[in-house]
Amino acid sequence: MTPPRLAIEALSAISLRDGDRPILRRVSLSVGVGEVHGVVGESGAGKSTIAKAILGIIPSQVRITGGTINFEGQNLLSMPAKALRAVLGRDIALVPQDPSTALNPSRRIDAQLTDGLRLKRGLSAREARLRALALLEEVQIRDPERVLKSYPHQLSGGMRQRVLIAAAFGLEPKLVIADEPTTALDVTVQKQILRLIRLLQERHGTSVLFVSHDLGVVAKICDRLTVLYMGRAMEQGATEEVLSAPRHAYTKALLAANPRYDRPDTGLEPTPPEVVAALRAEIAAFDAAAAEAGHG
Amino acid sequence: MEHWSPKQTITDAGPQPPTAVERLLRDPKVVGAGGFIVFLIVLALAAPLVAPMDPLAQNLVLATVPPAGFAESEPGYLLGTDGLGRDVLSRVIFGTQVSLTVAFVAAGLACLIGSLLGLLAGFLGGFVDALISRLVDIWMAFPPVLLSILLVAVLGTGLHSVIAAIVVIDWTRFCRVVRTETMGQAQMDYVVAARTIGFARPAILFREILPNVAPVLIALLTLEMGIAVVVEAILSFVGLSVSSDTPTWGGMIAEGRQIVHEAWWVLAAPLAALFATVVAFNQLGDGLARSLDPVLRR
Repeated sequence: MTPPRLAIEALSAISLRDGDRPILRRVSLSVGVGEVHGVVGESGAGKSTIAKAILGIIPSQVRITGGTINFEGQNLLSMPAKALRAVLGRDIALVPQDPSTALNPSRRIDAQLTDGLRLKRGLSAREARLRALALLEEVQIRDPERVLKSYPHQLSGGMRQRVLIAAAFGLEPKLVIADEPTTALDVTVQKQILRLIRLLQERHGTSVLFVSHDLGVVAKICDRLTVLYMGRAMEQGATEEVLSAPRHAYTKALLAANPRYDRPDTGLEPTPPEVVAALRAEIAAFDAAAAEAGHG
Repeated sequence: MEHWSPKQTITDAGPQPPTAVERLLRDPKVVGAGGFIVFLIVLALAAPLVAPMDPLAQNLVLATVPPAGFAESEPGYLLGTDGLGRDVLSRVIFGTQVSLTVAFVAAGLACLIGSLLGLLAGFLGGFVDALISRLVDIWMAFPPVLLSILLVAVLGTGLHSVIAAIVVIDWTRFCRVVRTETMGQAQMDYVVAARTIGFARPAILFREILPNVAPVLIALLTLEMGIAVVVEAILSFVGLSVSSDTPTWGGMIAEGRQIVHEAWWVLAAPLAALFATVVAFNQLGDGLARSLDPVLRR
C-alpha cells in the first residue's frame, strides 16, 4: 500500500480563551493519494481547527498541544515558517468556506487568480493570464474573459466559489483542503460545486480533505470519512460502510438527524439525550485517561 | 459514487464592468471639483502668463480701485486694487502657487508618513502597534495651533516651515484612520486565503490590504489638502508663512481686513478663492471615496 499523502496523528488542541478547553482530542486520520476524505461533525466539533492546523492559520487563542501532521513525510507543525510558506500554495491549497469574503473586494479576478500562479508556478504575467482563462473554462464558467475583468462583487456566490476552486486546483496542489465549501451556497448551486470538486479531483488525482457539518454533502463526495464529536474521532471508515452500518451511537444519531424525504416523521430530530449523555461520558473517560497518562 | 457529466455552465452577471477611469469620469463630483483643481494647477503654473499685471507693482495713484462694474472702477483692474494699488486679480492668481504647493507637498508627506506607520501598526499589531498608537496619543495631546506656531518660530518663517508644521501635526490623522482600516482588513478571509497560498507578509500588506485601504486614504488625502490650504492661510494671516513680498491668500486677507470698510474686495477676493478651493478639495475627496470603493460602487 502506498503511504498516505496526509497523515494526522494524535492531534490535540486546546482553546486558551476558554479555560484551556480541549478542542481536539488525539485525532488521527489519513488521506490517501487521490482520495477524498470527509470530516463531519456538528459545529464546535473541531473540524475547522484540523483544516487550519494543516494550513498554519491557527487563531491565536488556539494552541496545538500534541500530535503531528505529516504531509509526504514532513511534519507541517514543526516546519519553519518559510518552509511552510513554500509548501502552501504549491502542494496544499484551500477552498474556503465563504466565497463572499474570501476574494479581495478591491482586486479584479484576473489579479487574484494569477497571483498564486506567478508566485508558486513561476509563470509570467502573460502565461498566468492564459492559464487563468483555461482554469475558468475548466470550472465551467462561460465567458471567462469577462469574469477575469470583473470584481468579486459583480459575480454571484456560485461564480465566486467556482473562481476560488479554480484558484485552488489551478496551482495543481497534491492536497486540497475544502473547508465547508458549499455551506454558504444555496442547494442547487451546492450540487454543482460538489460535482465540480469531484471532477477536478478525479482529473488531477488530487487528495481532498473535505470538512463539512452536512452528512448528505459528505456522502455525495467522500471516499472515506471521519466522524468528529467534541474533538474526538468517533468513527472512521469507507463512506458507504459508515453510512450504511454505523457502529457508533453518535453516527447513528447524526444520520437520524439528517432530514429524509422517505421518512418525513423522523426529520430534524435532535440528538437523543441518552446518546448525548453516553458521548459526554466517553469524552470524560478519555480526558481522565489522558490526564492519568499525563501525570504518570 | 454516482457518475455524471457536468454540462451546465454559468453565465456571469451584468455587462462589461467599467474601468476605474470610466467610473471616475462618470461621477459629477469628481469631474466638477477635480476640473476646478486642475484649473487651479494650470493657473498656478502659468501665473506669470495668465496674470494681467505684476502682482507686486504698486501704483499709489490707483489705490483701492473697486472691481469692474462698480462706480469709479478702472479698466484693466478686473477685481480692483488693494491699498497699495496692486492688482487684486493678479495677486489672487499668484496666491494659488503657495496654496497649491502647500496642499500637495504637506498633505502628501503627512499622508506618506502617517499611513506607513498606520499600516505597520494595524498589520503587525502587538508591540509595534502599542508603540505607534501611544506615540499618536501623546502627539495629539499637543494643541495643534500652538505646536505649529512653535515650530515656525523655531524653524523660521518660510514655505518649508509651513509644510513641516502641517506634516508634523497632521500625520497622526492618517496614522489613526489607516491603522483602524488595516486592522479590519487584516482579519478578512481574503487575507487568510492569501496566507494559505504562502504569500509573505509584505506582499499581503501591500497587494491585498493596501488596495482596500486606498479609497479611504485618497479621500482623507484630498480632505487634508483642503485643510493644508486653510492652515497655510492662517499662518500667512498671522505673518508666519512666506515673506510678505510673495502674494498669498492668507496675507491678502490680513491686509484686506484692515481696510475692509473702504475696500471690501481686497478681503473678499482671496477669501472666495480660499473658500472655493477648500470646497473643491472636499468634494473631490467625497467623490473619489465613493467611486473608488468597490463595494459602494453601483
